[in-house]
Amino acid sequence: MQKLIGSVTSRLVISVPYLWLLIFFLVPFLIVLKISLSQVATAIPPYTPVLDITAGIRSLFNGISQFTWENYVWLVEDPLYYKAYISSLVIAAVSTVLTLIIGYPIAYGMARAPASIRPTLLMLVILPFWTSFLIRVYAWIGILKPEGLLNQFLMWANVIDTPLNILNTHTAIFIGIVYSYLPFLVLPIYSALEKMDYSLVEAAEDLGCPPLMAFWKITFPLSMPGVIAGCFLVFIPATGEFVIPDLLGGSSTLMIGKTLWSEFFSNRDWPVSSAVAVVLLLLLVVPIVLFQRSEAKAQESEK
Amino acid sequence: MNTTWSRFNIASLVLGFAFLYLPIVLLVVYSFNESRLVTVWAGFSTKWYVSLFNNQAFIDAAWVTIRVGLISATFATILGTLGALAMTRYTRFRGRMLFSAMIYAPLVMPEVITGLSLLLLFVAIGLDRGILTVTLAHITFSMCFVAVVVQSRLVTFDRSLEEAAMDLGATPVTTFFKVTLPVILPAVVSGWMLAFTLSLDDLVISSFTSGPGATTLPMRIYSQVRLGVTPEINAACTILIAIVAVGVIIASIANKRREVNRARDEQAAARN
Amino acid sequence: MKSLGSFRRKFAPWNDPQAKPFIAIENVTKRFGDFTAVDDLSLNIYNREFFALLGASGCGKSTLLRMLAGFETPTSGRILIDGQDMSGIPPYKRPVNMMFQSYALFPHMTVEGNIAFGLKQDGMPKNEIEARVAEMLKLVKLEQFAKRKPHQLSGGQRQRVALARCVAKRPKVLLLDEPLGALDKKLREETQFELMDLQMKLGLTFVIVTHDQEEAMTMSDRIAVMDKGKVKQVATPAEVYEAPNSKFVADFIGNVNMFEGTVTAAQDGKINIDIAADKMTIRTDATRDCSVGQTVGFAIRPEKIRLSRKEPANSSVNAAYGELYDIAYFGDMTVFHVQLENGRIIKAASLNAVRTVEDPLGYEDMVWVNFDTDAGILLTA
Ligand SMILES: Nc1ncnc2c1ncn2[C@@H]1O[C@H](COP(=O)(O)OP(=O)(O)OP(=O)(O)O)[C@@H](O)[C@H]1O
Ligand SMILES: [Mg+2]
Repeated sequence: MQKLIGSVTSRLVISVPYLWLLIFFLVPFLIVLKISLSQVATAIPPYTPVLDITAGIRSLFNGISQFTWENYVWLVEDPLYYKAYISSLVIAAVSTVLTLIIGYPIAYGMARAPASIRPTLLMLVILPFWTSFLIRVYAWIGILKPEGLLNQFLMWANVIDTPLNILNTHTAIFIGIVYSYLPFLVLPIYSALEKMDYSLVEAAEDLGCPPLMAFWKITFPLSMPGVIAGCFLVFIPATGEFVIPDLLGGSSTLMIGKTLWSEFFSNRDWPVSSAVAVVLLLLLVVPIVLFQRSEAKAQESEK
Repeated sequence: MNTTWSRFNIASLVLGFAFLYLPIVLLVVYSFNESRLVTVWAGFSTKWYVSLFNNQAFIDAAWVTIRVGLISATFATILGTLGALAMTRYTRFRGRMLFSAMIYAPLVMPEVITGLSLLLLFVAIGLDRGILTVTLAHITFSMCFVAVVVQSRLVTFDRSLEEAAMDLGATPVTTFFKVTLPVILPAVVSGWMLAFTLSLDDLVISSFTSGPGATTLPMRIYSQVRLGVTPEINAACTILIAIVAVGVIIASIANKRREVNRARDEQAAARN
Repeated sequence: MKSLGSFRRKFAPWNDPQAKPFIAIENVTKRFGDFTAVDDLSLNIYNREFFALLGASGCGKSTLLRMLAGFETPTSGRILIDGQDMSGIPPYKRPVNMMFQSYALFPHMTVEGNIAFGLKQDGMPKNEIEARVAEMLKLVKLEQFAKRKPHQLSGGQRQRVALARCVAKRPKVLLLDEPLGALDKKLREETQFELMDLQMKLGLTFVIVTHDQEEAMTMSDRIAVMDKGKVKQVATPAEVYEAPNSKFVADFIGNVNMFEGTVTAAQDGKINIDIAADKMTIRTDATRDCSVGQTVGFAIRPEKIRLSRKEPANSSVNAAYGELYDIAYFGDMTVFHVQLENGRIIKAASLNAVRTVEDPLGYEDMVWVNFDTDAGILLTA
């Protein structure tokens, strides 16, 4: 088949998106890596050395010899950074588990709903995903504030008599992540469950397996690909999340996305923020590769 | 199925959807609040919408956002569709692993990393930051989403349609435009819509890659939010939500209509 | 003159040494990885022939057809169509058209659009296309469905659109991959005759792949029986049925009783075979060379075996005695399973030519089976 399609066309089909991603996705990482080894400078751009390939190989080598590990040493020495990394990973992991606990029953309920209303339910889950992330996070500020709607409601219902302090705590971040990333988890689980043949569960029950056991032994394992994909889709971006900790977490919460942002925009320290990014990427490279593998495998098996 | 399970299902759906929609509903409701205090209801008013439309900074930002969205979605759709074709049609070419990694990684890559790295690229090649750089950045991350959407349609595409076209004398290029593209068009269109909304919504990557005169709506909203919650932002958010919701609902109704018609036609055909 | 079975028509270019094959498949091999789907296969197919490829699932029929259409390239060997070497020629430049098992109708085009598609690719003028489409619609009796989309058609109608679409281009060869597989039995039988008519009318060469032996027998001039990528026999339907060249073909086509034994005597063009396992002696025409002492196979079709309660005249050869073990009634005929002393089952079929039978055979009746010396097939391969 390959030979049939004019090789010019096929080369075009492959190389145009390939080149684009090389230039705008891969090369930028190399630049980040390079700048993370540079020194901060009060210049434009604010770092040295500035490698200029046009200036010839010699000056390139000169530049490379000026590379420094200083920024990484800095990351290790200042507890702010590794605390931020650890706290990001922990917050992302806890949020992923919470999202799974809340999302799985929703996906299950959708998959077992009558076939006629399933498309509507699906659309209802997707719809919030189409509305802006920022807006959805913003909506929670008004709810979680000390004088916000949640506290107003709880006090009106006489559940509490002094307002709860939720905004600017980890709880608020958890709520924000669960809320924003819920569709990412529900959709893959739903599509795994929906594909599943329900007669498998009936067969298990017919063979003497009680319903809860049948769920645990049949349904859950079969939904595993969806669970795994969904968890990656939540965990990886949540680790580097900026908007949620910034708007809901307040100044006391440490998350690495926020740290990177402020290094970059407030301190204008490009080399350190690059180093922060490189280390974050190294932390996430294993989950990212696993995610890519599982997606590629899922696509293969569709064929 | 036994009833306790059904009840459990219904309960989890109701609670789940309440959780998903209540914050948005409250946000919309309070955009019509008379009071400046977002959380105290003081009667119905549309004054915040009026003040929003008099806010030139918001209007400018909206205009930038729409331009970036339209252009980046279109290019992302073209590139993403090509990428999906490359992934499904050519199972063996050099560097396919890398290609597949570059398609999937941006889906989960923390935005701060993507944003920072693109900015550093633009600085390195001496591209002035502005609408162009934001658009390039948006094309890059949304083309991967398009590629995944189109790819999932292509893997279930019946290849014998293309073979039939070629058998009837169509060259590969003609085959693509006359047969493949029309058949996968719904996926391509929803890929475009996805790319457009992703671009419309993006804050972090835009913040890194934009420069003076290229402030997008989310950036504008964000800087206002940092100053405090105001009904004017609620109004802006409501408008954004309304645009997207109307688009998605129209698309899904059209889809539903097509399916119903199709089912009816099929039944009619089976009868004669 | 005696001949095997009945012929569809007087047409046998393959017996004519002067005739040039229209499609020549020369030593074609196709490998997928290390799996060999088509194995050093050679075949000649003649102009205006209705040629069937028959074989078990996975034996390489579709692969062979797809190589003719140009969707697969042979790993080695070559294919000539009308004297022209097809290697390197893409599907859209070949003088063949294929009808797909799934029909592969373009879902976004109307019936007309589908039929016109191939003509447009040839750059045919618009009015000619219209005329040709109308002609095709008439041919497959779908005039009133011209404006419909494929999903608005029933299975049989879709099949006819697919047919019209590939015939519209007037290809020299039509390739059909299980064209009737998706139709129910009745529709399939009707369509078989329609296809045969069409082939005659247009004077095309048909190469058809099928799973269904009856279909292959009904429609084709010749059948190629395939197994594991190789052709086992190429012959007319009657030859394949009445004179299979190997145990595989005998067993694959129709119902058969198979025996194996040793030749004990050979004279006057007849041989005796001792079937030790069944304590039976078979006497049959020596249609193949064989010598005393050789192990040979013997196949006999159920309808060529007689059943009787009385012992036949010469029960020392071509006869066996057993108990009626099973009776399968098909309406037009009945198949009896007779179990010999050693447990071996022999199938005998009899036509139900009359409506009422006096004293019919029943379960557990003891019966004789016997057959004539020219009823069976001697097999040495
Ligand atoms: N593209 C391919 N890659 C690998 N193996 C293939 C490919 N196409 C066919 N095969 C293998 O070649 C063998 C022959 O396939 P083919 O489709 O020709 O069989 P067939 O005779 O048409 O069977 P059926 O009657 O089921 O349609 C099968 O074992 C199949 O698995
Ligand atoms: Mg086949």
